[in-house]
Amino acid sequence: METLMAFTVGGLFAAAIYMMLRRSIVKLVIGLVLLSNAANLLLFTQAGLLRGAPPLVPEGAMQPAGVVADPLAQALILTAIVIGFGVLAFAVVLIHRAYEVVQADDMDQMKDTDT
Amino acid sequence: MLLAVLSGFLIAAVAPWVHRGLGRHSGWALAALPAVLFIYFASFLPALREADGGRIIMEYDWIPSLGIQLTFLVDGLSLLFALLISGIGFFVVAYAGRYLEGHRDLGRFYVLILAFMASMLGLVLSSNLISLFVFWELTSITSYLLIGYNHEDAKARKSALQGLFVTVAGGLALLTGLVMMALVGGSYELHELLTSGDIFREHDWYLAILLLVLLGCFTKSAQYPFHFWLPNAMAAPTPVSAYLHSATMVKAGVYLMARLNPSLGGTEAWMLLLGLFGAVTMFVGIFLSLRSTGVKQVLAYSTVMALGTLTMLIGVGTETAMLAAMAFLLAHSLYKGALFLVAGILDHEAGCKDFLQTGGLRRALPVTTVFAGLAALSLAGVLPMFGFVAKELLFEAVLEAPALAGLFSVLAVISAVMVVAVAAIVGIRPWYGPRADTPKVPAHEAPPALLAGPVVLASLGLLFGLGAGLVDQGLIAWAAAAVYGAPVSPYLSLWHGFNLPLLLSGVSLALGLLLYLNWERFRRVTGFMEVVNRYGPEAAYEKTMAGMVWLSEWQTRVLQNGYLRYYLLTILISTVGLVMVTLLTRTDVHIDLDLSGILVHEAFIVAVLLMAALVSVTTRSRLGAVASLGVVGFCVALIYVLFSAADVGITQVLVETLTVIMLVLVLFRLPGFLGLTPMVLRVRDAIIALAVGAMMAVLKLAASTTQYADSISAYFIQESQPSGYGRNIVNVILVDFRALDTLGEIVVLALAAVGVYAMIKFRAEDRRR
Amino acid sequence: MSPQFTLQSLILRTAAHFLLPLLLIFSVFLLLRGHNEPGGGFIAGLVAASAVALYMFALDIRSAKRVLRFEPRDLLGWGLLFGVISGVPAVFMGQPFFTSQWLELTLPVLGDLKVGTPLLFDIGVYLVVIGGVLLILLSLAEAEE
Repeated sequence: METLMAFTVGGLFAAAIYMMLRRSIVKLVIGLVLLSNAANLLLFTQAGLLRGAPPLVPEGAMQPAGVVADPLAQALILTAIVIGFGVLAFAVVLIHRAYEVVQADDMDQMKDTDT
Repeated sequence: MLLAVLSGFLIAAVAPWVHRGLGRHSGWALAALPAVLFIYFASFLPALREADGGRIIMEYDWIPSLGIQLTFLVDGLSLLFALLISGIGFFVVAYAGRYLEGHRDLGRFYVLILAFMASMLGLVLSSNLISLFVFWELTSITSYLLIGYNHEDAKARKSALQGLFVTVAGGLALLTGLVMMALVGGSYELHELLTSGDIFREHDWYLAILLLVLLGCFTKSAQYPFHFWLPNAMAAPTPVSAYLHSATMVKAGVYLMARLNPSLGGTEAWMLLLGLFGAVTMFVGIFLSLRSTGVKQVLAYSTVMALGTLTMLIGVGTETAMLAAMAFLLAHSLYKGALFLVAGILDHEAGCKDFLQTGGLRRALPVTTVFAGLAALSLAGVLPMFGFVAKELLFEAVLEAPALAGLFSVLAVISAVMVVAVAAIVGIRPWYGPRADTPKVPAHEAPPALLAGPVVLASLGLLFGLGAGLVDQGLIAWAAAAVYGAPVSPYLSLWHGFNLPLLLSGVSLALGLLLYLNWERFRRVTGFMEVVNRYGPEAAYEKTMAGMVWLSEWQTRVLQNGYLRYYLLTILISTVGLVMVTLLTRTDVHIDLDLSGILVHEAFIVAVLLMAALVSVTTRSRLGAVASLGVVGFCVALIYVLFSAADVGITQVLVETLTVIMLVLVLFRLPGFLGLTPMVLRVRDAIIALAVGAMMAVLKLAASTTQYADSISAYFIQESQPSGYGRNIVNVILVDFRALDTLGEIVVLALAAVGVYAMIKFRAEDRRR
Repeated sequence: MSPQFTLQSLILRTAAHFLLPLLLIFSVFLLLRGHNEPGGGFIAGLVAASAVALYMFALDIRSAKRVLRFEPRDLLGWGLLFGVISGVPAVFMGQPFFTSQWLELTLPVLGDLKVGTPLLFDIGVYLVVIGGVLLILLSLAEAEE
């Protein structure tokens, strides 16, 4: 499964990079969303994939029974998802603001600092 | 000792308030500090006589937990410098209080000059190479600020920058050299390194260390071809020129060469480099001095001559040469300090900045005339001044030089002739002869604050000359011993009998006076030098600076082209290249292509995920793109849930919903997709994107078979319930084990939200306007 | 209010009236049980924010703001304050900042209960997530007007 996930992550990265290389800002935003998904998934896969072993301690026990999935990676990804949302919102509004100034969805028209 | 060195910085910090409180007396009040320091350093003299090996070492804990100490080394050499710095500092600060009276930035001036004095003291007293270097750079920086003191003057700013660039570039080389020295010698402490000269001289790095250290010293001490910044530095107020650019800072390079002589000296390379550069600098300096007419220019170039002489003497390296160097150093500081202060009086009282404007001022400024004459006599090396003693020794040292004695002697004699002419220009020209029309008519003699320096310093020149033996027994001999690395037998005396040096002195005196009478003709005949100047070191400096500006403009144009995708392309292609090269050359990377154990529903989810990603890339409709993004997000969430990450899965679903809502709210107010890029470029981008994707996949596969460190998750799993009282380990990590990280993360979220809010609100306000 | 982003559906509007309190209560439930079962401040905050967002779509921004009662900005501030405060008690106990502190309470009905600074911290996270997400969404929606 990890091999399959590796290629999935690679595919997501390729899609994200392709979109980020476009001239359109909207496509850049789509690329950003794909990129953050790809990065989270990469981290998740790297921590190891386990079916049906959530990092929970059974009621009354002190430690989980048997091997559980890596809780640290999950904690990292969880916050990364929420922060990703905040940063994406910021980027989107920034881009919208830039569009209002330049009046074109074309990054080549934003290369001057004084527009 | 620590307090003594740092007191300059401490007093500097309060100097503006002292100045504001005391007004016109602030000069004298602040001069009390160097005076106290002078007495403090003088009190070391008896102790040094008793001290073991002629040196006292003082250690202070600086950062005890790291074992870093501040070490100070007091021996003849550092004490001679410390006394000069604090002694001349006293007169300069007092002088400045009067000279710059009423200048609106006088408070700042005190800050800088006191900070400079402290840096200089730190430099000559440090025993640790690193603290020595820090103080070295501090002198460069304070000097920069002092040269550019009149910062509204473009020329002053340019000169300040030039001085800074030249000395700091040398400083960089010096730092490298010092670090290499410490690596070779196994210590950063000078007092330990000084005894291990043979280790250095036989080490492979010797030449590299020598060249780097000397580059630092030569730039600081204005040796040819780096001499050009020093005359330009005369844009500084006169007290600064007197202090930094004649008596102290420029001697820092000389100090370091002298200091390191026991470690690095005594080789052929040392002798040739120092001797030749010193001799050439000496000659070029005095030649240019005689060609100048500006009061401060003449003195500045003659300082270049003195620095060259000192370098040459250290290069010669004999016992006599070291004695001559120290005597010359003392003599030069005394007369040059005095003469610069006299130059300030000329400017302050008569408004003269050029010798051609001056003449016949002796009636208006009788005291100044007498002591300017006295200092000039010492400069010329006339019996019975201390300058004479130094010059005799200089001749004797070069005549006995173990190598190149002929060349050194000829250059020394020619230079001496010109020095006499310069001395006559300074000592005779402004004072005697017909009264010239000066820009300002001096109403009265200069005030005591201005006169104190020239009077005392010039008188000391006479006093030391008459009592040469006394000075010889003490400080000069100790200083020479510290430079020489072995005790030096006292030799200084006013009268050595009729010998070759005396003859040379007499001849140079006569020829020098002759040259003075033909000064105008000399300047005319040597007019061709102007052409040479155009291609000289200063022109090279200008060209280098212009070249650097051109280079940075060029590379900014190429790299910072303003196109986001080209930045990305540069970054991506180099990353892919570097990672791939590493992966291919590292033979221990093992990639395991195991496609077994995939369940059908998982394969289905992955297929949907990749399809949706492809659609979001290729679709021409924005709604389609956003919707397929949503599908991608939900598939990812499913993967999280399937592989035991319930919390993450729920979060992903919720955030994905909110993301779609947000994109719908915003993106539809932007125009629809346009096909902006031609097909060829799209293919190129697709290839690069696929390469990055492939790299990530390979990297992931390679990484899963490699583990460098144990995971810390085991601890969290073990301790979640016992010490975190929580059964959801992910949540315990978030709010307990790694709570500080989470705090940082919610702050980021809050900032992003506030940023969005602000951007929208400000726009609304703009519109209303 | 532009009609574009308000779904003029009577069913949704009616449902939203009932769903909002339910979802908010559910979010508090998720928050409180988060230490032991899936849930926690992040998820609970997102649920609550989604609930208000739903209300906003069903009715309009003004009603959404009214029903929220707090300014999202204030929630952000309170959340951050709670987060920081929860780290402080450890300092007074002579431990590093953010070391968790627990109180064991024996209450008549609920039995043994452990109350600690991590709960306070989780409430802080909850408030920041609600405040942040709603500040973004409400600002964007208001800009539509």
